[in-house]
Amino acid sequence: MQRRERLNVVGVDAVGPYALLRLARGRVDPGGPGQFFMLEAPGRVLPRALSLCLAPPGELHFLIDAVGPGTAALCSLERGDAIHVFGPLGNGFDLGVERPLLVGGGIGMAPLPYLAEALRFPPTILGFRSERHAEAASLMPGAEVVIDPVLVTDVLPNGFDILACGPEPMLRALPAGAQLAWEAPMACGYGACYGCAVEIGGELKRLCVEGPVLAA
Amino acid sequence: MLLNASGCLDALVAPEVAAQLDGFVTKTITPLRREGNAPPRIAETAHGMLNAIGLANPGRERFLNDHLPRLRELELPLWISVGGFCADDYAETCAALTDVHAVELNLSCPNVDEAADSAGEIVAACRAATSLPLYAKLSAAHADLPQVARAVADAGADGLSLINTLRGLALDPHSHEPVLARGSGGLSGPSLKPIALHAVHACYTATRLPIVGMGGVASAQDVVDMLACGARHVALGTALFADPQLPQRVREELTGLDLDEVFARAHVVAEPRVFAA
Repeated sequence: MQRRERLNVVGVDAVGPYALLRLARGRVDPGGPGQFFMLEAPGRVLPRALSLCLAPPGELHFLIDAVGPGTAALCSLERGDAIHVFGPLGNGFDLGVERPLLVGGGIGMAPLPYLAEALRFPPTILGFRSERHAEAASLMPGAEVVIDPVLVTDVLPNGFDILACGPEPMLRALPAGAQLAWEAPMACGYGACYGCAVEIGGELKRLCVEGPVLAA
Repeated sequence: MLLNASGCLDALVAPEVAAQLDGFVTKTITPLRREGNAPPRIAETAHGMLNAIGLANPGRERFLNDHLPRLRELELPLWISVGGFCADDYAETCAALTDVHAVELNLSCPNVDEAADSAGEIVAACRAATSLPLYAKLSAAHADLPQVARAVADAGADGLSLINTLRGLALDPHSHEPVLARGSGGLSGPSLKPIALHAVHACYTATRLPIVGMGGVASAQDVVDMLACGARHVALGTALFADPQLPQRVREELTGLDLDEVFARAHVVAEPRVFAA
């Protein structure tokens, strides 16, 4: 059940160029892999939509790339700060797959550590744009890592049920039947703003209520 | 009366948020279904947000046959936001509506090409088509907003909704291209509040019509300010995106305040020497 609560910051760890924001869980349900939360970005008008990266006992972890003022504000949080968190929201991954293969691109790997736990650590391929970005693969020991110009689609084996999150060109290049976690600018996360519409299969879908995980 | 601003809440998806309000205002309904503009459709700014959703809606037929019956089950007063591209578009939708609390005529969406007919002509056509209460939603971008307010009052509007978003532009800092696929969008959020207060006050002074005040409302203090400028009702917009429990919080903060007394202040601040229109 979703709820909005002010959660304490336990810490922020650097993971390559990204930051892992660790929050005390409070009474917030971590939800399922691929679901997301709206995190208050201090000093900003709108919260930021982030999928859950890990849910160790009593905590919620979010992997964040500081690409703008909101994510930068989140990465600058310190232990002792507190922010409002609303969730879990949206539809996560369907875990009822026989031969899962996790595929992540860049910061799109964010929901995969939590997903890997739920699926008992299936084979995983992660793609990054540089060695430094690839340091984030430390969150998923055993993953196969490729670095640009090699793409995850260059090394994709056949015969797996793909569950993926990453940049839009990567998602659109994956085969039909894959479960894809999409991303879009989102003001509310609960179907109110119509901002997160993405064209999939010729139709505009509100990612927050129909996704963010959709079939390819 | 605490409402949502049109387009800032889907009561069918989030009925628990709508239940905190005194009435629900629908997203604008146009005669035909609209997918809306291409993404990206929203962008945050320093003190607000831009949207270019583009009146995405199921169209009149599907709204009347599918959405409206389900909205009625919420047992909330329903305000139907009506849009179009000529006066007949608006009037035909008004004629098809019965048993709703009010109709809000969206005469000011910044994200579609504007109707060719004037606000007064559209209101007059709708007045002839329905006896339902008609609220004209106007933009503060008019050079002489009180004049437009008087025109829609003369055409038969029962009230005003003030204000809609104002057209703005945000650029990507790296490419210098517009962030929104449409280019420009409608600015909402805290930046709008002083503009909205002035618009509400100027139009209240000009018409004495009941006004739904909106634009940057995020707290009980903002609600009080709107009432003190002449608004009878207040709508929450962008702030609802960040906090779906906002209506309940605002309501709790307003407990114990004499809102009629606050509204009465609008007559005091109505002195022209205090506020030039």
